[in-house]
Amino acid sequence: MPEMNLVQAINSGLRGAMRENDDVLVLGEDVGRLGGVFRVTQGLQEEFGADRVIDTPLSESGIIGTAIGMALHGMRPVSEIQFADFIYPGFDQLVSEAAKYRYRTAGEFQVPLVVRTPYGGGIRGGQYHSQSPEALFIHTSGLKVVCPSNPYDAKGLLIEAIRDDDPVIFFEPKRVYRAVKMEVPEEPYVVPLSEAKIVRAGEQVTCVAWGAMLYEAFSAAEEVAKQGIDVEVIDLRTLWPLDVETIVSSVKKTGRLVVVHEAPQTCGFGGELVALVTERAFLYLEAPPCRVTGWDTPFPQTHEQEYLPLAHRIIPAVIETARY
Amino acid sequence: MHIIREDGSLDPRLDPGLSIDQVVALYKAMTRTRVIDDRLQRLQRQGRIAFHVGSLGEEAAIIGSAAALRDRDWIVPCYREVGALLWRGYPLQRYVDHMFGNADDPVVGRQMPDHTFSREHRYLCVSAPIGTQLPHAVGLGWAAKKRGLDECVGVFFGDGATSSNDFHAAMNFATVYQTPTLFLCRNNGYAISLPTDRQTATRTLAEKATAYNMSALRVDGNDVLAVWRAVREALQRAREGGGPTFVELMTYRLGGHSTSDDPRIYRSKEEVESWRRADPLVRVRKHLEQRDVWDDDIDADWRSACEAEVKDCVRRAEEKPAPELREMFTDVYKDQPPHLAEQESRCLAGPRAPEEDQD
Repeated sequence: MPEMNLVQAINSGLRGAMRENDDVLVLGEDVGRLGGVFRVTQGLQEEFGADRVIDTPLSESGIIGTAIGMALHGMRPVSEIQFADFIYPGFDQLVSEAAKYRYRTAGEFQVPLVVRTPYGGGIRGGQYHSQSPEALFIHTSGLKVVCPSNPYDAKGLLIEAIRDDDPVIFFEPKRVYRAVKMEVPEEPYVVPLSEAKIVRAGEQVTCVAWGAMLYEAFSAAEEVAKQGIDVEVIDLRTLWPLDVETIVSSVKKTGRLVVVHEAPQTCGFGGELVALVTERAFLYLEAPPCRVTGWDTPFPQTHEQEYLPLAHRIIPAVIETARY
Repeated sequence: MHIIREDGSLDPRLDPGLSIDQVVALYKAMTRTRVIDDRLQRLQRQGRIAFHVGSLGEEAAIIGSAAALRDRDWIVPCYREVGALLWRGYPLQRYVDHMFGNADDPVVGRQMPDHTFSREHRYLCVSAPIGTQLPHAVGLGWAAKKRGLDECVGVFFGDGATSSNDFHAAMNFATVYQTPTLFLCRNNGYAISLPTDRQTATRTLAEKATAYNMSALRVDGNDVLAVWRAVREALQRAREGGGPTFVELMTYRLGGHSTSDDPRIYRSKEEVESWRRADPLVRVRKHLEQRDVWDDDIDADWRSACEAEVKDCVRRAEEKPAPELREMFTDVYKDQPPHLAEQESRCLAGPRAPEEDQD
């Protein structure tokens, strides 16, 4: 089995989905000849032609809005938004149109659209190449939100998202695009949506993370293990609809919850996770649920390592929660 | 472009050559739409329906466009074009059920009145944000082209939508990819209260197409034959691979923006009166009378038949129960996720809102 990084695995997922279904196509800025600014779509135009791997004009609402039209006709477009920070001109199309089409036509029409977009900090990208806007889309009824952390999951979740009949926002952790390598099958396969994964079993604290921060949570868990604190780490993989059961049963076991995300704290997804767990496992809690997140500021340039909830901030939070 | 002259005769150089039966059918559909509009307007005033957005004065622009398209072509509506859907044979009862949001409303009470759709009639769904439907129309035509299908797309929008972000995205994508999209712009003079000359600094809306290298036509939108001809010409171009066309339909909204609007605040009685004289129904009726196929008696009979039809639909609609409450929780996703199942059972078990005051 070949080793792939995230970029290669997503590329392989797109290739597989396009080979198995002629209705799948890719559109976005610089995705064709260039192969995408991160090279995620490299080689696809050579294989599938410029009609299926489409270099579009610079208009996010056009990239998403015309893809909605194609999806309404029964195709399965995969739109790339070059950076999640630039998704806002297409926000109206996602929130007002893609998310609501099935509901407002009582299922007569559907929008099987995937919007892929690299998100998150850690690449020295400042305010406009670092954002994590997942909460805005989780808050929108009708959208599914996926955020893989590793190459195997990324390929399987992407293929599943393309086959899914609902619109899916697929956030790709660009900080670890090339940092993680693992064995990934050449052939298409699926990882089901809405299933979280326990990536490190533990008894004392439940730590929930996704995307690039999963690695920080994991290394924090390894670090505190040296001090005898046993952390269970959960990779959400799909943010919405949520696999709340996996989190709740873990917290019922550990009695302690730490949620990690890059996005700002206030009204971030962490707040919702804490609420969901508190409602379902209040009497099991041994400590206040804790959030380790980005600060409530725009994403900074110079001090991004202090903005991000990296292991150096997760470790004390886990220790404090464990010793509460 | 005008085809029907003041006296009801046709300009022989531009006459599209429709049979007299076809012109009668157009007139009948336009009249029916107006009778339905009038009834719905009154129902709203009586508090029996929540809202209505009518097409008074714009019937030629709407019906003429719909008639020039083929059944295989898609219509992407703005929100005033239910006449186009009815032209395609959409059952009036279904529309009236929708206006009442009852159990037979195709969208089971989830949208405010006049937000209709029908896959069967290739009519996408009305949505209230302005201009968002334009890129869909481009994508729909683009998909048809990619799939090698002889299908074109007519998308309706108003003068106000030409200022929206999505208008420019759609115009640009349509020409870059040469999609078979017909941009049917009802320039009815106002975007709620804002007159078209304050909406844009350009002299016409059609000239905006020039910047995108798109063909454009500007026609008398109150002349149903001129509308038909322009839209058919645009359709031909699209079918032959000539790409999109912008059709500016010059018309006038004789009524308010919707039942919630009071146009007396922003325009003069004189202005409205002058446009009443250009009523699209009167224009085509003059022609029919000149051809000796229509008169006052036939007209009165047709209008009362339409009246009776709509009254009957309203009576039935009012007798139907409200949609099931549980319908609020379906179709958010294809399969209902656990959190919605949980919220549904909480809602169904929970306390009910007090009955709304019915007067």
